[in-house]
Amino acid sequence: MVTPTQNATTIEAAQNTTDGVVLSTQGLSVYYGNKLALRDISLDIYRNQITAIIGPSGCGKSTLLRCYNRMNDLIPSARVEGRVLFEGTDIYTPGVDAVEVRRRIGMVFQKPNPFPKSIYDNVAFGPRINGIKGNMDDIVENALRQAALWDEVKDKLHESGLALSGGQQQRLCIARALAVEPEVILMDEPASALDPIATLKIEELMQELKQRYSIIIVTHNMQQAARVSDMTAFISIDRENPDARIGVLVEYGLTQQIFTNPINKETEDYVSGRFG
Amino acid sequence: MAGQQLINGNFERFLRRKRLIGRIFWVLLLISTLAGLIMLAALLIDLALEGASWLTPTLFTNYHSRHPEQAGMKSAIVGSLIILALTALFSFPLGVGAAVYLEEYAPKNRLTEFININISNLGGVPSVVYGMLGLTVFSRGFGLFKPNSWLVQALNLPVDPRNGLIFSVLGLEMRLPLGNSLLTGGLAMTLLILPTVIMASREAIRAVPNSIREAAFGLGATRWQVVSRQVLPAAFPGILTGMILALSRAMGEAAPLIILGAFTYVPFLPRTIWDQFTVMPIQIYNWITLPQPEYRVHLSGAGILVLVAVLLSMNALAIYLRNRFEKRW
Repeated sequence: MVTPTQNATTIEAAQNTTDGVVLSTQGLSVYYGNKLALRDISLDIYRNQITAIIGPSGCGKSTLLRCYNRMNDLIPSARVEGRVLFEGTDIYTPGVDAVEVRRRIGMVFQKPNPFPKSIYDNVAFGPRINGIKGNMDDIVENALRQAALWDEVKDKLHESGLALSGGQQQRLCIARALAVEPEVILMDEPASALDPIATLKIEELMQELKQRYSIIIVTHNMQQAARVSDMTAFISIDRENPDARIGVLVEYGLTQQIFTNPINKETEDYVSGRFG
Repeated sequence: MAGQQLINGNFERFLRRKRLIGRIFWVLLLISTLAGLIMLAALLIDLALEGASWLTPTLFTNYHSRHPEQAGMKSAIVGSLIILALTALFSFPLGVGAAVYLEEYAPKNRLTEFININISNLGGVPSVVYGMLGLTVFSRGFGLFKPNSWLVQALNLPVDPRNGLIFSVLGLEMRLPLGNSLLTGGLAMTLLILPTVIMASREAIRAVPNSIREAAFGLGATRWQVVSRQVLPAAFPGILTGMILALSRAMGEAAPLIILGAFTYVPFLPRTIWDQFTVMPIQIYNWITLPQPEYRVHLSGAGILVLVAVLLSMNALAIYLRNRFEKRW
């Protein structure tokens, strides 16, 4: 068990070496058509840490998350400016294939969305479409074990994924994402549709997973951000022009600091529940 | 209290009145609902009374005959089934392909909008018009294969004045133009139902939740992988249902095939898709035009019973498939 102080020290150590940065946005702005949605976000995501993105509804948290695996490409009107460096390479340069980016940066969505197929086929889908070689049974078992779902489903691998409970479905979606061996996992409010017990399971799972993966989680739930994350980014609506609803990065730092001793007044108001 | 004065009135009478209005509308709505059902029941009962006793094995085993007791619709039944199969064969890939393109690939621009509007327009075109189109394009090939056409003269093609150009591809006989053949009939029917197939398939594809596409894209699937491995399998039951309903419409059509030269008297079974043919609605139509009541009333009634039975079973199959594979997300 790592104490918060020790943990903070390791993060600071990581921050001092560029090797610790897995993803980095530099001057990132996102437009939907002519409307600016996110402005000038510069943020470093550290390896094997859980980074939480918090902020009020509609501030662009999910938009930011979807920049990391180019999911915004699927929205015809979306346009991205600035750079997103993944292991030092800008994923928005023309030579980079979004399909490859998405294999290496997995995603878990707000609402559990298993495919209408068996549990086995759900997990095996990613390895199959990416031409991953190996014993598929082992790949599936390994992914389900990592997602702490194996013991619950090992006897019904060929039943529909949709027959599972909500929390199990979400862990199935996590297993599905893990099966293609990503380096980063993006989680878009992964527990917002789940009950408290299922939520706790997901949070425990995240602690396990960060040993091997870097995790970015968008969450509405500030207690959740405080419980699970190492780093927290607070995004809010630009106050100078509130009607335009432009998302800006207000503060970014160690979770402990953001929640106990924030530098910015707006952050303090938000984390103490005075707005948002 | 001041409030009481604001809401006095004869509530009792008003309540009775609004209850009455409610009941009147309930009855009117029920009548609207039953109207269709009553018509169908009247039709079926009338047909059964006129035609049921003529519903004999002869109807299925014999060709049309000058003697009503020996007359059957064997060639029409076989013709209908072959036309149906050909139509399904052509319209499925074309219709689903167009639907996939429009739903999953097409950019949202004016051209796509233009295509959308015109697919709906095509759906409203009367069926005889498709018959004319089929006659010009498929059956006659714009007259390009007549001995005196510029194409034949320019290329010095060895055409037969009656059958046009006959050649062989991989051992299979081919003809241009297609003539009054089953193939022409199937192609014209394909044009006729294509708008319906496209719209039904688009509906089914649109019903697949976006979260499924996102999940697949998020795992590093290409668009084609998302479409072929997730969207189409999930949409397939809906596509199939639409397809069957469209085919059952094609099955009942006579007008375009009459224009295409489907014959009313075909005393043989087709051996290839280049043969002439007839279909059930045309055979029935032919019987209705004859003066003898045996044909006009009884045989046609029996024929319609067969046709209606086929159509109803196709619709039942469509409903079964829809219920059987309906997905809850």
